[in-house]
Amino acid sequence: MRLDPQLPPGPVADAWSRCRQDLALIAPANRSHFRLLVVGSGLAGASAAASLAEQGFHVRLITYHDSPRRAHSVAAQGGINAARNYQNDGDSVERLFRDTVRGGDFRAREAGCHRLAEISGSIIDQCVALGVPFAREYGGTLSNRSFGGSQVSRTFYARGQTGQQLLYAVVQALLRQVEAGRVELCPQRDLLDLITHEGVARGAICRHRLSGALETHTAHVVLLASGGYSNVFHRSTNAVRSNASALWRAHRRGALMANPCFTQIHPTCIPSGDPDQSKLTLMSESLRNDGRVWLPRQPGDQRRPDQVPEAERDYFLERLYPSYGNMVPRDVASRRARELCGAGHGVGPAGRSIYLDFNEAIERQGRAVIEARYGNLFAMYERITGADPYREPMRIYPAPHYTMGGLWVDYHLMSTIPGLFVLGEANFSEHGANRLGASALMQGLADGLFIAPATVPAWLAEHQHPVIDRDHPACRAALEGVRQRITRLRSSSGAQPAEALRRQLGALLIESCGISRSAAGLRSGLAEVAALRASFDQDLLLPDPGTPLDPELEKALQLEDYLELADLMLRDALAREESCGAHFREEHQSESGEALRRDAEFSHIAAWEWRADGTPIRHQEQLHFRLISPTARSYR
Amino acid sequence: MSGPSSLSLTLRIWRQRRDEPSGHILDHLLTDLSPDLSLLEALDRLNQQLLLAGERPVYFDHDCREGICGSCGFMINGQAHGPRSGTTVCQLYLRDFSDGQVLTLEPWRARAFPLIQDLAVDRSSLDRLLMAGGYVSVNIGSAPEANALPVGLDQAAQSFDAASCIGCGACVAACPNASASLFVAAKLAHLELLPQGKPEAPRRSRRMRQRMETEGFGACGNQLECSAVCPKEIPSSLISRMNREASD
Repeated sequence: MRLDPQLPPGPVADAWSRCRQDLALIAPANRSHFRLLVVGSGLAGASAAASLAEQGFHVRLITYHDSPRRAHSVAAQGGINAARNYQNDGDSVERLFRDTVRGGDFRAREAGCHRLAEISGSIIDQCVALGVPFAREYGGTLSNRSFGGSQVSRTFYARGQTGQQLLYAVVQALLRQVEAGRVELCPQRDLLDLITHEGVARGAICRHRLSGALETHTAHVVLLASGGYSNVFHRSTNAVRSNASALWRAHRRGALMANPCFTQIHPTCIPSGDPDQSKLTLMSESLRNDGRVWLPRQPGDQRRPDQVPEAERDYFLERLYPSYGNMVPRDVASRRARELCGAGHGVGPAGRSIYLDFNEAIERQGRAVIEARYGNLFAMYERITGADPYREPMRIYPAPHYTMGGLWVDYHLMSTIPGLFVLGEANFSEHGANRLGASALMQGLADGLFIAPATVPAWLAEHQHPVIDRDHPACRAALEGVRQRITRLRSSSGAQPAEALRRQLGALLIESCGISRSAAGLRSGLAEVAALRASFDQDLLLPDPGTPLDPELEKALQLEDYLELADLMLRDALAREESCGAHFREEHQSESGEALRRDAEFSHIAAWEWRADGTPIRHQEQLHFRLISPTARSYR
Repeated sequence: MSGPSSLSLTLRIWRQRRDEPSGHILDHLLTDLSPDLSLLEALDRLNQQLLLAGERPVYFDHDCREGICGSCGFMINGQAHGPRSGTTVCQLYLRDFSDGQVLTLEPWRARAFPLIQDLAVDRSSLDRLLMAGGYVSVNIGSAPEANALPVGLDQAAQSFDAASCIGCGACVAACPNASASLFVAAKLAHLELLPQGKPEAPRRSRRMRQRMETEGFGACGNQLECSAVCPKEIPSSLISRMNREASD
């Protein structure tokens, strides 16, 4: 299979404006004849649906939530980057472009990153117009703060709830189109299969979560914006019901999956205590501006933190990275924390956490300053743990947070299935092997507000496939396949609830394919996933609840997809014999324990093709760097 | 930290299948619970036990479990979102309760929120209120440069406070009249306090208030229960503000 990213020829810097000039258009009067199916109501899905409906297309939007406003974009705390240089501190489109390519450790396309930086400013304009109450200065202009991985202040924010405010703005734009009759909202639906005919995406099979009915939705084009797959690790910072099923079902229908092993593990999360704990809550990266990370020098030190004298504390990030200190990028901080906990220095239950200490900051700046800066985060920490971070250090540990990998898309955001576009975290796009803070919201909105609304109509203009009927053999076959799958799961008469199996999968995956990976660990992970798959097939407990609402069935369907996805992540991590960004292979590190990229062999995107016999094929898309030459990242 | 290392709770839970015309309370004793568990995690555990015992698990809405998505919510001993102020149900931890306590869990009850099953209700009427006008009518692609429109720091902060409503529906559930006045007033304030939301303010307000009636929400009776249970502590003064603007 030849992977053509459809990059515009010529210079990277103005590639997007040249590309847009040449995109085919559809006349306003004809647009309402086209039916678009959007899956997901987060920043990318809701903004794409609103934008395309405003142009005059007929859009149907599917979400598993009861309301589009619940999508997990709502939980993003920190902010959204844009190269506006409002602070006059030297920012520019070029700088944001370079930071993104470097931050991703040279595993993303230059053209895509450049386009993202170019669009970033318009996103802020649009969001302000839609009524996002961004933070302001006294003079009324927009306020900015700085984030990890950059030396300028380019992050726009709405307190610690930037994702919420951006999501509400685009959902409101969406609801305006629902009222106008141009968007049909279909909540409470799980996507269970993609319908393809003659290799082209034609619709989806969904299960109505309340009635249990299987539905056939057909369209001229399908836009998938169903989010990332961090919950394959069982516990992550994602919402509990976030899942990988829409993405995985599209993959099984022919959409290649790119760089599935590129997953971000965020260093500052509230660690797990009880085995029944359902999720890990993120504590914003901004805390590391004032908090100092430390562990006892002596392994196995059981003393309370205030009884460990200064001389017996190891402020290991400050020690190892004197120039960046506690503000090293996420992947570096997570790796060092895991190593020291593995060597017995960890604190808290089972030695699985590290201290984030504000004592010195409070002494130096006063409690009021710290409270003004982080009050809501401190309150959240206190609520969850019952401990007071003003008096004793926070206990934190890394947790899966974001997935850079996702369905492969070309420059137009189209997957390897013609007519299937993939937006937001669900695609692999611009973050390479590691995403920078405050860049996820930027990418989701760039895709949904501006890129897909230009490229989707262009594809429709040139591909006039009629919408197939619901009785079409392709629809009937897909529907029957879903029905049989549910019957198969229902016929199991085992003893293990899906939740129990999912915990086992999460535990083995975080161990073998988490912060640090080795060939031996990945191989044993593959064997364990296979064994777990056999348990799932033979020992799943899935009784009929006697009512159509069936969260256990939903969990079983999702788990089956997670088991296959986990297998692919392990294969991808094993095949990528280098360390880059968040992907750290123990075999490929410098003497000081830093990641060693192998550009000669691995300067490419790995895109996997699904095969029914369980032997996926790895394809490659070579990356070319013309504006910025790959260098080693150093934070020491 | 002081307090017991494990505790027991009796959960008295409203059970009503989707196809049943009425429901009933069923008692469940949960023992050996860590005080560090959240209340919803205790419900998760109960559901695993019910599943293994061949009984139907309790249906409840939830998702982010950090108090921001607005999915969760039910009455705990008659209080929307339970005893702790300024929180959603998912942010309650068992250390907030005492050993041996009896908790009665019931769904939101309001005409505009038909029951789905057990503790979950259909709150899509809130989205339909927003559809009536809870937005700024600008098309994507037509925005002026962001700093062209100054907004005072305090004004933006007030707008933000109103905009932080998560649409959980607790205000409706707590109101004796099942009114959505706080929800509507918060959206009006969010948009009207910003210059970009001003031009269509009168129309927005009229349409959203009309829609509140047609969706079956009651009228505000100034009981102010809404604000007391709001997990985002949105002030009831916004309702006065809405009424004042409407009578101008």
